[in-house]
Amino acid sequence: MTVVHFDPLFATTTDVLRVLTLADYNTRVVVIGTMLLGLAAGVVGSFMLLRKRALMGDALSHATLPGIGLAFIIAEASGMTGKSLPVLLAGATVTGSVGVATVIFLRRFTRLKEDTALGVVLSVFFGAGVAALGVVQQMQSGSAAGLESFIYGKAASMVVTDARLIGAAGLIVAVMCAVFYKEFKLLCFDPAYAAGQGWPVTVLDFLLMSLVVTVTVIGLQAVGLILVIALLIIPAAAARFWTERMSVMTITSALIGGASCATGAALSGVLPRLPSGAMIVLVATAVFIFSMTFGRARGVLPRVLARRRLTVKVARQHLLRAMYEMTEEREPALVEPHALDQPGTRLSMTDLTRRRSWSTHQLRVQLSDAQEDDLVEPIGDGWRLTEAGLTQARRVTRNHRLWETYLITYADVAPSHVDRDADQVEHVLGPAMTRELEAILGERDPGGPPVLRSPHALSEVRT
Amino acid sequence: MTPVSAPISPTPAPVIAPGIAKNGVEHSPNAPLSIHDMTVAYHRKPVLWDVDLDVPEGKLIGIVGPNGAGKSTLIKAVMDLVPRASGTVTVYGKPYRKQRAIVGYVPQRESVDWDFPVSALDVVAMGTYGRIGWCMPVRKRHRDAAMHALDRVGMTDLAHRQISQLSGGQQQRVFLARALVQDAMLYLMDEPFAAVDAATEKAIVNLLRDLRSAGKTALVVHHDLQTVPEYFDHVILINMRIVAHGPTEQVFTKENLHKTYGGRLTLLDQASEALGRKDGLR
Repeated sequence: MTVVHFDPLFATTTDVLRVLTLADYNTRVVVIGTMLLGLAAGVVGSFMLLRKRALMGDALSHATLPGIGLAFIIAEASGMTGKSLPVLLAGATVTGSVGVATVIFLRRFTRLKEDTALGVVLSVFFGAGVAALGVVQQMQSGSAAGLESFIYGKAASMVVTDARLIGAAGLIVAVMCAVFYKEFKLLCFDPAYAAGQGWPVTVLDFLLMSLVVTVTVIGLQAVGLILVIALLIIPAAAARFWTERMSVMTITSALIGGASCATGAALSGVLPRLPSGAMIVLVATAVFIFSMTFGRARGVLPRVLARRRLTVKVARQHLLRAMYEMTEEREPALVEPHALDQPGTRLSMTDLTRRRSWSTHQLRVQLSDAQEDDLVEPIGDGWRLTEAGLTQARRVTRNHRLWETYLITYADVAPSHVDRDADQVEHVLGPAMTRELEAILGERDPGGPPVLRSPHALSEVRT
Repeated sequence: MTPVSAPISPTPAPVIAPGIAKNGVEHSPNAPLSIHDMTVAYHRKPVLWDVDLDVPEGKLIGIVGPNGAGKSTLIKAVMDLVPRASGTVTVYGKPYRKQRAIVGYVPQRESVDWDFPVSALDVVAMGTYGRIGWCMPVRKRHRDAAMHALDRVGMTDLAHRQISQLSGGQQQRVFLARALVQDAMLYLMDEPFAAVDAATEKAIVNLLRDLRSAGKTALVVHHDLQTVPEYFDHVILINMRIVAHGPTEQVFTKENLHKTYGGRLTLLDQASEALGRKDGLR
């Protein structure tokens, strides 16, 4: 009788707790080891991204596969056990470096472009690797070696010594990046200037690439060679959304990498059927999407919100200026705080609708928004400015006319066109620019009225 | 290789004997920049033939010529950024690699990606990396020096702004400040006036004049023929070879420009206009 053993997708609650609290020594070592790996990948990845070499890591990681296969075959043939992590990683390092060197060679000595060179190396080396693993499968000890776990990653297959090796290498990489931070920054920003200053750019590039090789190789076991590139790119790309400072970006990227790896490894401990590489990358991707959406420096949402705020502000200013100018047109004395409750200040919906190219609906929304802020008030079947509204409208109109006058005087814009031109700019005029405008135009209008007279007949304009 | 701050190695620099070169240029041993029979080739295709000249000290020198004439290549070949097929270059009598600390380089603005997560101050501080040396951090005194250089180009207020948020002219001034912070003797500038606003152009001109009064020498690749007589004491007219070089009033002539630019009439019109204006000034 065969006993059918069901491998549960979800582990028991006790298992989950054991993993999450890191109660198990083995789990603890695995999680901490992969976390250090993620930390190192985050740091190196941000330099790689800024050096615009992100895809080099992909060719590199695929080029490690033949090394893994060959190292196993050679070790077994010479009577050693092939399934030792240091041996396999040594092989990975050798063919990975050869892969990178091939890309550089192809780019420099043939007329192939970088993407072509990367594609050639990636596929050729990966093909060779698959062939090498096929040979390993034929060997007696080979089928049990589980070398395939290097393709997709299997953190659970890590033993304590493996995790120590990975963690130590990750730490060394992170420290190297801190030591050479200034040099790498210069290299990434302006390699030609660096070379002119006597910095050995080729050596620095080689050093950075060796760190990338190291991270890739130690990431093979936990993340797998197909996905290790994600660990190099995603945390750095996510970090870029939060900051405009390179130091902050590097540290943020390290934190995202470390946290993704730790969480991903722990999750694959809870859900043993899911490969750790995929879990790590999915966690990192979630962070990336969050950063892309909410990132303070260049996230999508803050930018959309800022644009939305500007649109609202512009619409509000259009309304206030229209109301001010319509009242002023009737009688200049009406745009004074004490004259507000005179009957002439009431503007009917028909008049207001005709003033600008806005629909009645848009206008109603604008008016009720402005009413909420106590800037306008309904009177009869029309509207008028409140005292607060008048103050704001006065400032907006003044900015508009300052800018118009400036354009007419200094940019030779015809008075009949100036209203629309000024319309583009007046909303973004800061106090500093307003002061500058006042200073420039000051001589023309010494001690003039708080709002300049419009430089063109108001009724001419229908915007 | 060593960064610029490294102590000068004990091997004596080859001293080029003063004398008459084959095309009659007399070389002085201590010129800020002395180029001997230099030929530069890209992929075996020569882009600069047999350049042989001395740059006088304390002058503003314009390098002028059509597109593809090798103006930038001349500067890059001096700094060993592109290999020389033949010839030697000396800076104050010694090879460039021993004189890096006293040569300030302003590359073309387009040569870098301005969407890089650094501030204006960070970029200017890069001019001090040479004297900081390997692996040591940027300290307060270096940042102060960078701040001072930014002040000289009128950019104090924008020191902490990310560089992509600067205008083209402001970015150019950041590059100038990075060269200034080095406190060099010889400045090599690659099109600092390209696509800058009027305020920046004025700031750069004033800065160049300040440098000249301090006894420094500046070699400037320049595109706008109209402003050459106004900005530069000397000109080097170049089109794959040196067409002419010397004091502006002697060298910047219609015949020489015609030789440099061939039949490109629009440019010549600009130039004759500039020459006319200059004659009017005299």
